[in-house]
Amino acid sequence: MRQFLLARGNSAFADRGFHWLMVLCAMSIFVIVALIVWQLVLRSQLTWEKFGIAFFYQSFANPETHLPMYWDPVNARFSALPFIYGTLVSSFLALLIAVPLAVGLAIFLTEMCPGFLRGPLAFFSELLAAIPSIIYGLWAMYALVPVLREYVDPPLIHWLGWTGLFNDENPTGLGYFAAGVILSVMILPIISSLTREVMSAVPNSQREAALALGATRWEMIRVGVLRNARVGIVGGIILGLGRALGETMAVTMVIGNTPEIHRSLFSNGTSMAAVIANEFTEAVNNVHLSALIEIGLALFIVTIIVNAVAQLLVWAVTRGTASQAH
Amino acid sequence: MREDHFRFRSRMRALTDGAVTVLAILATVVVVTPLVAIFAYLVIKGARSLNLSFFTQIPKPEGESGGGMANAIVGSGILLAVASVLGIPIGIGGGIFLAEFGRGTKLANVVRFTADVLNGVPSIVMGLAIYALIVFPKGTFFPFMGHFSALSGGVALGIMMIPTVCRTTEEMLLMVPHAVREAALGLGVPNWRSVLSITVRTASPGIITGCMLAFARVAGETAPLLFTALGNPFMSTSLNQPIEALPLQIYVFANGPYEDQHRLAWAGSLVLIALIVLAVSLVRWVTSRGVLKGAS
Repeated sequence: MRQFLLARGNSAFADRGFHWLMVLCAMSIFVIVALIVWQLVLRSQLTWEKFGIAFFYQSFANPETHLPMYWDPVNARFSALPFIYGTLVSSFLALLIAVPLAVGLAIFLTEMCPGFLRGPLAFFSELLAAIPSIIYGLWAMYALVPVLREYVDPPLIHWLGWTGLFNDENPTGLGYFAAGVILSVMILPIISSLTREVMSAVPNSQREAALALGATRWEMIRVGVLRNARVGIVGGIILGLGRALGETMAVTMVIGNTPEIHRSLFSNGTSMAAVIANEFTEAVNNVHLSALIEIGLALFIVTIIVNAVAQLLVWAVTRGTASQAH
Repeated sequence: MREDHFRFRSRMRALTDGAVTVLAILATVVVVTPLVAIFAYLVIKGARSLNLSFFTQIPKPEGESGGGMANAIVGSGILLAVASVLGIPIGIGGGIFLAEFGRGTKLANVVRFTADVLNGVPSIVMGLAIYALIVFPKGTFFPFMGHFSALSGGVALGIMMIPTVCRTTEEMLLMVPHAVREAALGLGVPNWRSVLSITVRTASPGIITGCMLAFARVAGETAPLLFTALGNPFMSTSLNQPIEALPLQIYVFANGPYEDQHRLAWAGSLVLIALIVLAVSLVRWVTSRGVLKGAS
């Protein structure tokens, strides 16, 4: 080491070389993203020329049943509508379940939890984030779906069947609902760890002020902590949404993979990521292939926008409170 | 009358407070339950089907019992090696640029933003892009390709490692005190040597942590391998041929109709999760000690 440090050499040249090597590494990140975008745009050209923007909302009449159909690889007619619908329904369902739980967990961990529990619980939720989605999928398929089929779906159909959202003669356990539930488990740790981060960034003086005014603990959390952290919490929720939108394996394994649109959450459906995973290697013609790539491109654009918004929000709140704390 | 009203109000406030506490504890329990359930399932179902032949044999033809995932374990190893060779140097280089050379420049901001974008790309889309770049178009960039291969799978995973490695490296380098750099430069050490053997060396435990986190993340990825590495029921070590990977094999077996395949899928999941938990715990242990406390 010492010799390396003191060795003589043409250091101006080496310095410049090293500098440019590092710039090259940094630029390659830029180049990779550019290549991804270029390829996705290029390879989805065929579908774009054929259907234009209508690709995202059109439907076709089935010549026999006269019902709307969306995905007809044999006749090379495609529409992304059922996939967009499935992605949106399962993701929002996931948010609906995960957000209250994640915020509750964050409140418990930052404001109520006895010290000896905080470390293990935080580690637990970190582990939850590290489990690969294929394992969530396996678990959902063989443990969650049977439980939903036996114990959750029937009472929901019985009590809430009149809404039309929970309607199925013979629930299989698969479908939008199962996808939403497993997605909620997967995005929970993301939302809760970010919520925890922004809640810890709220300066203690806020809590003390609220308590000094005679607030109960909940009032202190509501007025002193949540109100200050809300922008960051929204950022965390949107980041969780970004993850849910692009999630592939777990959703593919439980959503049922049928390119149809149903109102009932217990029906089989499919999502944008799921259809790509399922059909890409078996695409029957070039239009089919390019339709799948266009769905991928749409997914890419949406997740980028969602992630950028989330990052801006989180950045805004953590930066603001950090300067307040000084 | 007024006093009664106040007493009622304060009792209501105390009740709300208690209710929220109960709800928060309930939320925590509900969150911990699936985690415990997942681990219990993995350990019980996985351990029951884990044996020596899991590590030494390749899968038997469909319907026959027995067999293992030796090819998938070797395949995952090869894919991850390719990914690390590609992803770690570029990631660390990018991080060094962000922390040492580009601090505060517009280029650094663009690179940082692009790395975040890359981090947010859904893994299935990464698979599509690598398919379009390497697997499908014979002759453009990779004239020898034009088919599914281990190399393309490794590249997909490697690209997914870059943003994590890059951003952790940057964060760790930013934590190295300025005085250390100044001391090195003051002694007449050329800048590049000071960066490599003083700054990076000081931050190396943190940088290694970042690399391991990225490694653990891509080790379980399935979606980017679906149309790059594709899968291969036989033992293969060639970079130019389709290759099996642990998560891919789990996916195929989980969807298969045979009880024996499900058994192998659970065993494979247990091995995969053991690997990841080991990495995460190691990272936590390293970061909770000494200089890097609170850096994770």
